[in-house]
Amino acid sequence: MDLHFTGAEPTPAERAAVDSVLGDPESGWDGGERCPELDGHTASDGQQRNLRRDRLLPALHAIQSRVGWITPGAVNYTGLRLDIPPAEVYGVASFYGMFSLSARPPVVAHVCDDIACLTCGAEGLCQELEKQLGPAGTPCSARRAVWQRSACLGLCERAPAAMITRAGETPRERVLAPASVGDIVSALNDAVEDRMPAQPDSLNAQLSVPQAGSVDLDLHLLRRIGSSNPSLEDYQRQGGYEALRKALDLGPDGVIREVAAAKLLGRGGAAFPAAKKWEALHVQRHLLKENPGRKHYLICNADESEPGTFKDRVLMEGDPFAVLEGMTIAALAAGAEQGYIYLRGEYPLAAERMQRAIHEARHADLLGDNVLGRGLKFDIELRRGAGAYICGEETALFNSIEGYRGEPRNKPPFPTQAGLFRQPTVVNNVETLVNVPLIIREGGAAYAKAGTANSIGYRVFCLSGHVVRPGVYEIAMGVTLRSLIELAGGVGGNGRLQAVLLGGAAGAFVSPKELDTPLTFEDTRAIGATLGSGVVMLFDDSVDLKKILLRIAEFFRHETCGQCVPCRVGVVRQEEALQRLVAGKSFATAAEDINLLRQMGQAMRDASICGLGQTASTAIESALSRWSLFS
Amino acid sequence: MSKPAESAAAPTALVPIPRGPVPHAPESARLREIEIQVDGKAVSVPEGATILDAARKLGIETPTLCFLETLTPVNVCRVCVVELEGARTLVPACSRKVEPGMSVKTDSERVRLSRKLVLEFLASSVDVSTAPAFPEYMERYDAHPERFGKDNATVAQPVKIDNDLYVRDYSKCILCYKCVEACGIDAQNTFAIAVAGRGFTAHIATEFDVPLPDSACVYCGNCIGVCPTGALMFKSEYDMRQAGTWDESRQTRTDTICPYCGVGCDLTIHAQDDKIVRVTSPLDNSVTHGNLCIKGRFGWQFVEVQPAEKK
Repeated sequence: MDLHFTGAEPTPAERAAVDSVLGDPESGWDGGERCPELDGHTASDGQQRNLRRDRLLPALHAIQSRVGWITPGAVNYTGLRLDIPPAEVYGVASFYGMFSLSARPPVVAHVCDDIACLTCGAEGLCQELEKQLGPAGTPCSARRAVWQRSACLGLCERAPAAMITRAGETPRERVLAPASVGDIVSALNDAVEDRMPAQPDSLNAQLSVPQAGSVDLDLHLLRRIGSSNPSLEDYQRQGGYEALRKALDLGPDGVIREVAAAKLLGRGGAAFPAAKKWEALHVQRHLLKENPGRKHYLICNADESEPGTFKDRVLMEGDPFAVLEGMTIAALAAGAEQGYIYLRGEYPLAAERMQRAIHEARHADLLGDNVLGRGLKFDIELRRGAGAYICGEETALFNSIEGYRGEPRNKPPFPTQAGLFRQPTVVNNVETLVNVPLIIREGGAAYAKAGTANSIGYRVFCLSGHVVRPGVYEIAMGVTLRSLIELAGGVGGNGRLQAVLLGGAAGAFVSPKELDTPLTFEDTRAIGATLGSGVVMLFDDSVDLKKILLRIAEFFRHETCGQCVPCRVGVVRQEEALQRLVAGKSFATAAEDINLLRQMGQAMRDASICGLGQTASTAIESALSRWSLFS
Repeated sequence: MSKPAESAAAPTALVPIPRGPVPHAPESARLREIEIQVDGKAVSVPEGATILDAARKLGIETPTLCFLETLTPVNVCRVCVVELEGARTLVPACSRKVEPGMSVKTDSERVRLSRKLVLEFLASSVDVSTAPAFPEYMERYDAHPERFGKDNATVAQPVKIDNDLYVRDYSKCILCYKCVEACGIDAQNTFAIAVAGRGFTAHIATEFDVPLPDSACVYCGNCIGVCPTGALMFKSEYDMRQAGTWDESRQTRTDTICPYCGVGCDLTIHAQDDKIVRVTSPLDNSVTHGNLCIKGRFGWQFVEVQPAEKK
């Protein structure tokens, strides 16, 4: 492409950051030093460079973590290296919350003020930070640091949570949870003075997985979680990779048959049968041979960003090889040779654990050109998101990996027809994949004995808010909401339960009267709720639910991608209407504003492109139909 | 040169309305016909056609904002949504391809509600005063944007005037993506602008919002040609509107051929009081598909230089 750039030049540090992802430039046309004898008079490699467009997001990550913001010089250099117009590089970079497009101090404290943290004192924490450090967004610590409020960081079992990032030659990330004002201030000072620990966080199994290590419980999905440093050796000693060996014996058809017999439904929220997705790729396998350009892809969706959800983080931190084994079996079934893990940007420890697990698995021939010497070719690349909830939507995720703005695509075509790089693609959630080795080892029919007739198997729930022992819990499906809460020690806070949020911000509120609902797809649907991503967030009666609704509305306003009108404007008008209701300042009557909310909800549900807009009003509407909050 | 075009057919839209039949494909390349039901009536359209094509064939008016025949459908405005039997949500008529046996409702209560809300959302957040399609659509769907109140969030912002040829008033932008497509692979391949930011603050921008003269812009004006709201406007039109002298009822339209090079682009010269105020090209012209270059679009000042001055 004949690209036009402004005069902004990259600094040596910016060049180094981009080159660390893309390698050194190959010629003067490509951002290297101009040498007329070698470069000639024409450039002809633009298209080749543009084929690497999917390196854009990693390059932007490198710039952000090296320089602290995405500078005009770095945008130009990245555009030149990848043959992407600078306006598009800017358009992509400005889509993501973790990138700053204007100068920002190198140290940033992201302090969560989302619903789970709100119930655990986040507001007081933010007010105290304001007193000590100044308002959010204003530089502090001699302009070397800044703090800002953040949406859910996925650390709800250890609320209130914060995360510190420091840009520089050796960038660092650090998780603080539970965080106090003192913790945050001293961690900021440490960061400014270059004294950050190399390890971003550590998984405390007792805290995050209260069931861990219990011998009485027959755990399936969480049974290996407990070690602070999971190794391949430990994983294999506990039966790891037996399932993959069995899967290789069974072959793709056998694997699909077992998973279909287990009736495994997706655990990311949409509950789509996993075997159906694999089958859809399996039947297209013959086309791979006919067309050498054709590929199948498998993506592990680890962009867990639903407020109140942290199960996938815990699974990846505590049992990374189970995710890899599940992916390898899925890839065998779907005929995919390349896999991606699209990991939420705010999960530094999970990123480190997964990256190391991939490395170890490659060395042990569990990934690569000839897995276990059985002729299976499969490898996995880890990609980190950059602070965009919408990228958990599968088609937005494709665009994000490909180096475009994370805007959802219209369906059809469905991912199994044209997904990542427009090739047939399977996307499975982390928890779904962790179920796979279990199913293969036990056999689909045996697995199907757990749960109820229509909701089969085990499920991991994320308990947070006013509960005695928050954390990740595994149950067989069909256990009632009440029993699950009892398993977690019962209602916390003041002990008087007001409401439970099921399924996250895109889920629904249920009242204490509905606690005997079995946790199954069908029973939750019957009461107008959903299991969603497994969120079970409790609120005692001291909580002002109106404020929680407002925070949910604010969340969607912040996270809508802005592509389609019903969602882009709808979520804003929804928040404004709620603000009026909460302030008691409706134009006419509260009933009229509630009616307006319902109409907007209907239009967003019906006319939005993707699930974000389609579910942005469900939690709010579920609360309006259960309680008279505004009369 | 100032021969007025047929006045009865003179479109009021800023966007030229396609004229003449779409060129026919050769007989051998004829596609399979697919029959679907639209509002209870059977209609056949070629394979690959959209629900919008089928509705149009039946004479059913479907509102569109982000759709244009010459651009890849992005289906973002959602004003064309229809109810498809068996689908959980409404589907965009402009991009959903027909499949055998589809049954579609274009005027059900659900469709009307969504279209009404989409129009209200846009009209309450964007200045649609120069968007030709809006008054009729708003009336048809009984849209009342004022019910969201006066203090609601809008995209209001100062007009960007950074060159002599056209202005960008993003308070009038409904984010239909058409200008980005016209600047990019659907026409010009210049890529001076892209969608930036996210959510309600998503907007059309050059890199770091630099002024157009610093960007890759080549001033072809093809973005103006596709803008459905007047957010992108000839400087000549903008100045006349500011002075209160813009009056489309006094304007003539004359079709001619661009005099500059040998490509032979069709031009439509819009003149008011014998002065050229705007230049467009017909969308259905096989040479231009509505697109021009800087010379054809803006290089007509010489016409108005008096012979005496030329000496």
